[in-house]
Amino acid sequence: MNTLLWGALPYVAFALLVTGLVWRHRYDTFGWTTRSSEIYESRLLSLASPVFHYGILFVLAGHLLGLFVPASWTDAIGVDEHVYHLFSLIGGTLAGLLAITGIALLVYRRRTNAPVLLATTRNDKFMYVLLVGEIAMGMYAKVTNSSFSSGYDYRTTIAPWARSLFTLDPRTDLMTGAPLTYRIHAVLGMILIAVVPYTRLVHMFSAPVQYLFRPYIVYRSRGPLTEQPRPRGWERLDA
Amino acid sequence: MRVLAQVAMVMNLDKCIGCHTCSVTCKQTWTNRSGMEYAWFNNVETRPGQGYPRRWQDQEKWRGGWRLNRRGRLTLRAGSRVARLANIFANPVLPGIKDYYEPWTYDYRNLVNAPLGEDYPVAEPRSLLTGKPMKIEWSANWDDDLGGSVEHGDADPLVVRARAQGEQAAEKVRAAFEQTFMFYLPRICEHCLNPSCVASCPSGAIYKREEDGIVLVDQDHCRGWRQCVTGCPYKKIYFNHRTGKAEKCTFCYPRIEVGLPTVCSETCVGRLRYLGVVLYDADAVTAAASVPEDRDLYEAQLGVFLDPEDPEVRRAAERDGVAHDWIEAARRSPVHALVSRYRVALPLHPEYRTMPMVWYIPPLSPVVEALTETGFDGEDAGNLFGAIDTLRIPVEYLAGLFTAGDPAPVRASLEKLAAMRAHMRAVNLGEAESGSPSEAADAVGMTGRGIEEMYRLLAVAKYEERYVIPTAAMGEARRLEESALPAECSLDHDGGPGMGGEGIGTGGPGPFGEDSGRRRLPLVSLENFHALRRRQTGDDEAQR
Repeated sequence: MNTLLWGALPYVAFALLVTGLVWRHRYDTFGWTTRSSEIYESRLLSLASPVFHYGILFVLAGHLLGLFVPASWTDAIGVDEHVYHLFSLIGGTLAGLLAITGIALLVYRRRTNAPVLLATTRNDKFMYVLLVGEIAMGMYAKVTNSSFSSGYDYRTTIAPWARSLFTLDPRTDLMTGAPLTYRIHAVLGMILIAVVPYTRLVHMFSAPVQYLFRPYIVYRSRGPLTEQPRPRGWERLDA
Repeated sequence: MRVLAQVAMVMNLDKCIGCHTCSVTCKQTWTNRSGMEYAWFNNVETRPGQGYPRRWQDQEKWRGGWRLNRRGRLTLRAGSRVARLANIFANPVLPGIKDYYEPWTYDYRNLVNAPLGEDYPVAEPRSLLTGKPMKIEWSANWDDDLGGSVEHGDADPLVVRARAQGEQAAEKVRAAFEQTFMFYLPRICEHCLNPSCVASCPSGAIYKREEDGIVLVDQDHCRGWRQCVTGCPYKKIYFNHRTGKAEKCTFCYPRIEVGLPTVCSETCVGRLRYLGVVLYDADAVTAAASVPEDRDLYEAQLGVFLDPEDPEVRRAAERDGVAHDWIEAARRSPVHALVSRYRVALPLHPEYRTMPMVWYIPPLSPVVEALTETGFDGEDAGNLFGAIDTLRIPVEYLAGLFTAGDPAPVRASLEKLAAMRAHMRAVNLGEAESGSPSEAADAVGMTGRGIEEMYRLLAVAKYEERYVIPTAAMGEARRLEESALPAECSLDHDGGPGMGGEGIGTGGPGPFGEDSGRRRLPLVSLENFHALRRRQTGDDEAQR
């Protein structure tokens, strides 16, 4: 079980993520979008969506910092465990609160606004349950295992395990000591990573950073007027 | 100088009878699909009026188009690139569905299924967004023919602006309302030279075609960020709320490519639309769009257009890869004639700085009518010139639409149209000789021959004169014709009915929502291009 969860599942999730992205790009570039519902309802969305997205971006940054920056590095710049813990507790909880407030509002909006609800697929509902569960579990794990004076130091167990995944030598034994809530959070997280390409979450991989660097006006040539293989959505209707 | 060709349109508003045929045929061709029920790539608005979507001209609110920043450089009115990306999670100025209208259908089943009763059964309206019964309160042309103008006529942003200009203009607009003056304004995408929708697209999915200047959305690369809807000041980009993608007027590019006019032009009852090639200098566009004064933008845009009669221009065009038949088409272009040679056509809202390419000849007819009613000779040049300033619809209002508020070009255009009437009457009554100068022609600085050529173009021009469209590639015409015919049995394709697939039009959500997955979309149907062309342009009945 240990090996399955902490030795195999991470790689399965990663493989599903990568193959899923490639598959979706080839099979369904047309559907690669979040199908915005802003046109139905914008008042609540204009508040909730930025709150959630900025919150979740802070959360992501926090996870990258916590998992992939070893304690020895932060020690080297004079940040000891207690200072780091306070920073992680307060910063992380604030970011988590932003994200959870945002997504709560978003789900409320989705549930109460008739056109928005009608445009919600089963796939979306599954994704929302998983996402909300994951965020809530993370908050719960953090808050129940911490106080201002001390807290569970995941940088001696979970973080080294996460880094060991990249050297293809997973130290599964490290995870056995972690609190159950953290372990559930980690498993849900891996499932979430695995389903990203198969849900609307895929939109995170089309963050349009290139917009900052391209010329304003885009010209494109019509190209040769020959019969080309038709991408999905452009199949011939036939006479 | 970099010469590019653009297929452009001119609409003669004098002839528009507001029948909406263009809108309906366009809808049947392009937007009769789920998710696009509310979208009209072509719509006809009554002026004065709010338009569609409501009050789209109010850029203080919708923040479309360009403005000049403090350093005098062009920037999107909606904000810098960084500001737009920061707002990507919720676009703060996106028109909601209610700003267009909530699409609906009727519960027709009730007409036959209703139980026997005292009352005649009715088909109740049902919202296409929720499926629930709804009250119809607005649509794409709710204020058609000034309907409801007493209630919300003041909502027209141009009326507000004209009133703000001073007492005299204010008095005129009020008078115009009491005398119920109106005209129609058909609108499609402007296919601008400096398109702000293209500049707004974070994904880079909207592009302007090098060959013909048509602005298109790459559906496979659009990620549904909705910034283009805000960026377009004409609000001519629509968000497909089922597929989550932006869609817009395509200038019927599959028809244009084979030399056929757009559907709206083809079906126009008043024959008021003209299509033709305009050559322009792509390197001069940004400078022209950046002139400090809004009122200079009309002249600046005229300065970007190149004269295809100039051998220098023709050489440069050949050098830059414009096909020979396109250059020849530019010389015969009715659009070039109306815009640059006669200068009777004007751009719509040049102050948005997008350099629009669908131009309008302002309406004059009501002046003639009004004059005749008062007992004057409605076609006498002197009377007409005097009357232009006392139009029931003030020149100021037209100037607000077409020249950023400068009345001079509008007046000049109307005077030419008036002079044309007077001159042609003189010719027809034998008072003047055809081709010779007349008082009316002199007054507007045109020769008799010039004015008669303009008359021919505006009054009698046939199909081939109104639509001068070079085909995409003559050499490839045959191949195109073949590609329009199925090479194999039309049912045998992957997933088609012949292979046990679902076939066309069997909707239903895919794995990632509506229309996702490998599913066939009913997008565009074309009859054999050349067969269609023969049928529509052939003289001989037997050929049809």
